[in-house]
Amino acid sequence: MGRKRKHPEKAAGGVTRRGFIGSVGAGAVAAATGVARRGESTPEITDPEGMVQVALRVNGRTHRMLVEPRWTLLFVLRERLGLTGTKVGCERGECGSCTVLIDGLPRYACMTLAVEAEGAEVVTVEGLLDGEELGAVQKAFVEEDAMQCGYCTPGQVMAAEGLLLANPSPTFEEIRRGMSGNLCRCAAYPHIVKAVDRAATAKKKGGPQ
Amino acid sequence: MTRDAKYWAPEPTPETPEPSGYPAPWKKTEVVGKPLPRVDAYQRVSGAAVYPSDLILPDMLYGAVLRCPHAHARVTKLDVTAAAKLPGVVVILTPTSPETEGITWPYYDGTEPVPILSTTCTFEGEPVAAVAAETPQQAADAVRAVTVEYEILPQISDLAHATVNGEPQVYARGDTAAGFAEADVVLERTYRTACEIQSPMELHGCVVRWDGNHLTAWESLQGVFWMQMQYAQVLGLPLASVTVNAAYMGGGFGSKLTISRESIIAALLARKAARPVKLFLSREEAMLVTGNRPGVDMTLKAGVKSDGTLTAFEFTDLSSPGAFSEGGEGLNDWLIRDLYTCPNVRCETSFATINAGPVRPFRAPGHPQGAWALEQMMDELAEAVDLDPVDLRLRNVPSVSQARGNRPYTTTGLEPCMVEGAKAFGWQAARTAPAQTGHIKRGVGMGACLWIAGGGGPPSTVIVKLYSDGSVNLNMGASDIGTGTKTWAAMIVAEELDVEVGRIQIENADTRATQFATSSGGSKTTPSDSPAVREAAYNVKKKLIEMAAEEHDLDPTDLRLADGAVLSRSDPSKSFPVTELQGVRRQRVVVGVGYRGPNPEGKVVCPFAAQFCEVEVNTRTGEVRVLRFVAAHESGRVLNRLTFDNQVFGGITMGIGYALTEQRVLDRDQTGKMVNVNLHDYKIPTALDAPADMSSLAIDLHDTECNTTGAKGLGEPVTIPTAAAVANAIYDAIGVRITDGPITADRILMALEAQGKEA
Repeated sequence: MGRKRKHPEKAAGGVTRRGFIGSVGAGAVAAATGVARRGESTPEITDPEGMVQVALRVNGRTHRMLVEPRWTLLFVLRERLGLTGTKVGCERGECGSCTVLIDGLPRYACMTLAVEAEGAEVVTVEGLLDGEELGAVQKAFVEEDAMQCGYCTPGQVMAAEGLLLANPSPTFEEIRRGMSGNLCRCAAYPHIVKAVDRAATAKKKGGPQ
Repeated sequence: MTRDAKYWAPEPTPETPEPSGYPAPWKKTEVVGKPLPRVDAYQRVSGAAVYPSDLILPDMLYGAVLRCPHAHARVTKLDVTAAAKLPGVVVILTPTSPETEGITWPYYDGTEPVPILSTTCTFEGEPVAAVAAETPQQAADAVRAVTVEYEILPQISDLAHATVNGEPQVYARGDTAAGFAEADVVLERTYRTACEIQSPMELHGCVVRWDGNHLTAWESLQGVFWMQMQYAQVLGLPLASVTVNAAYMGGGFGSKLTISRESIIAALLARKAARPVKLFLSREEAMLVTGNRPGVDMTLKAGVKSDGTLTAFEFTDLSSPGAFSEGGEGLNDWLIRDLYTCPNVRCETSFATINAGPVRPFRAPGHPQGAWALEQMMDELAEAVDLDPVDLRLRNVPSVSQARGNRPYTTTGLEPCMVEGAKAFGWQAARTAPAQTGHIKRGVGMGACLWIAGGGGPPSTVIVKLYSDGSVNLNMGASDIGTGTKTWAAMIVAEELDVEVGRIQIENADTRATQFATSSGGSKTTPSDSPAVREAAYNVKKKLIEMAAEEHDLDPTDLRLADGAVLSRSDPSKSFPVTELQGVRRQRVVVGVGYRGPNPEGKVVCPFAAQFCEVEVNTRTGEVRVLRFVAAHESGRVLNRLTFDNQVFGGITMGIGYALTEQRVLDRDQTGKMVNVNLHDYKIPTALDAPADMSSLAIDLHDTECNTTGAKGLGEPVTIPTAAAVANAIYDAIGVRITDGPITADRILMALEAQGKEA
């Protein structure tokens, strides 16, 4: 499996937790940080009149709205669209709780500005359901008990979706690596790995995707 | 009241009434014990579950807190003029605002309460001012726009320079000098553990709303009733004016057994604004101010006879509650006092205040620290008297709690956990495997434990309602913090009433809608609340049987409930569907109330465990890979095998983080500030750090005494012996013992170099 790709750690088309942070500028980190680094310089205040219009495609629906350029996709999904299945854990690309699919790739919504997501297809955990019926990955997570407190679970589910889109038949080692960008403090990892394997089988058999 | 909230040794609490009848222990179960998926799994995987941080209320504001960036400082100037003029800013609170006057944070280990907003800050991150604004970005802007100047004061952030608070707490039994005199081997070692941070994935915080003088808080908490009391106490409100809801919450590990200063700040912001406020901490704030497992410096001296009999332990330790305590310090000595038979024990426990975030309970307070020392020492003693580590431990298994007046345990799983675990692991073969050549060394290790609590107890009140169509409502106060509380509760109701789990609706963890339960911590939710759930369902069953007996003139002792009907045991033709009973049709609901009865008198209820692991150490790079783990746990009856195993694997993985990667690093020589205040530099285990090969053994000794379900706690023991087992395996691999945790690559390389053992 590893031979298919040059960089096996990006097998999911995603970003590993520790690899990702290297590409994050210090400015982005500071902007996302609640603990202010104060005292040294006067910060610039964003112009409140500077709202911009965007059209966001989320779970197949188009939302036309005004956003501040600094608003993250995570903030807009949760606090403006009410799609709170996407969780917030660190707001700096370290935990993976906010993982969504952007054009089929698992991405951290906290590290994506809403304006950047314009023109892309965004899928959140709510978008995996067919009516009230769970998707294959969600079902597998239920059956294998691939969660404890469940807070990181939507992000894990989306990372698994991305992994299986890129690699429909991952080995256990590829699953562990593909899921390593998503932290679970309860550490339901063994059950998560089994669930992703089960979902891969279910998807290949057909039925709910 | 704060002391009551300490979940492992509560003050006397008003007990719930005597249960109306004690159901006999289950002989055979149909539902309980099966591996069932969680009853709320659909909600959790679909995004439908509303966690407190997900809540959006109409007209809601967002709160943010201005925090002291220094470990110790005095605020000399605070000017909010510019901040107040920023767009979207609705409220700013400072230490001199009338709204904060007289509001203090009482959770202090001294006599002086802390003002809710501080002008003298004793740890990095202490709240100085707070803002509520229309958006979180505007609130953050306003915090940054506050002009604040500090006089930086001298800081002490490490134990080496800290002043010990008062006299040590002493525990003593027997005569340790005499014990050491009769020993054939006496060893004395120092051990050190790092400060570990709970780091639940959902951040700490709340959404609060006032309706007149009534406060409602949706907060990420491990329990709602103590927290209702905390709000009421700090804000001077009657309990009836406070509602706390935490039906879903995203992990706590002890750090959410208290509300936070920020909860009170949110309530004050909301009251001033007369609008709801959402105030959740950032990850950085949470790492600084929402608790930790304190690092400990320990010295352990131990004596053993050549036949493996322990003769004496002397233990001293020093740890810090941080700037003050929010519970969870201490108990580092408990395993030394109680795990192995030893007639002569002396423990001296000391604390020293430092300029760092307050401690809060963290999964088995003190126990992983004590295990780190004791279980490494046991291995050294075994080697010194030429015994297998398991054999040495087996020669010192107690059947009584020596530190609690030699009261017997209801069951003692220590020996079967070690024996069965060793067998499943292949311990003998693994121990005698030939030494490897080359730079990759394999080793095996083990550790055992008990957990001081885990027996639970009163009070707990649960209500089960059977609707007229036979479906059921279960009303319980307990929080489900990820351990599967709701699921086993539904399974118990299903067992008693023979109703499908899917036909049971559950409401929980809401002070307005449910009855009192203690907080979910200390591995005591299952043993505390499962008997109350069982009794509530049992009482519904009893009522149904009494109704059928009366309506059809039958002997109630001849009747049983199965498959939605009351059936006669002697005459199978007599079957009365529950939905057709006149009593059910008249009342439309049949209510059963269950109370938690007292624990058995004169006995101690504890869970026990032993864990075994194999590691691989690269002696060139210092890297450690944990290859496999076998965990044997005696936690009484297993209510759900699927969630049981999940919790075992999770606890092991957390323990691996404690053993190898997790440590709060403070800039102790200069600023005292935390330098790894993020999840990139503070490394909790990922999917790649969890061993691919883990197995869990449930040792059920059929404890019929502990309570009416026979279940004991599991959440803490799963992580107590893990780090010590890993340390012992690393020693087995490389022949050098590392007693400072975490065992990072650089520590391994330095230790190898010091011993001249580098590859």
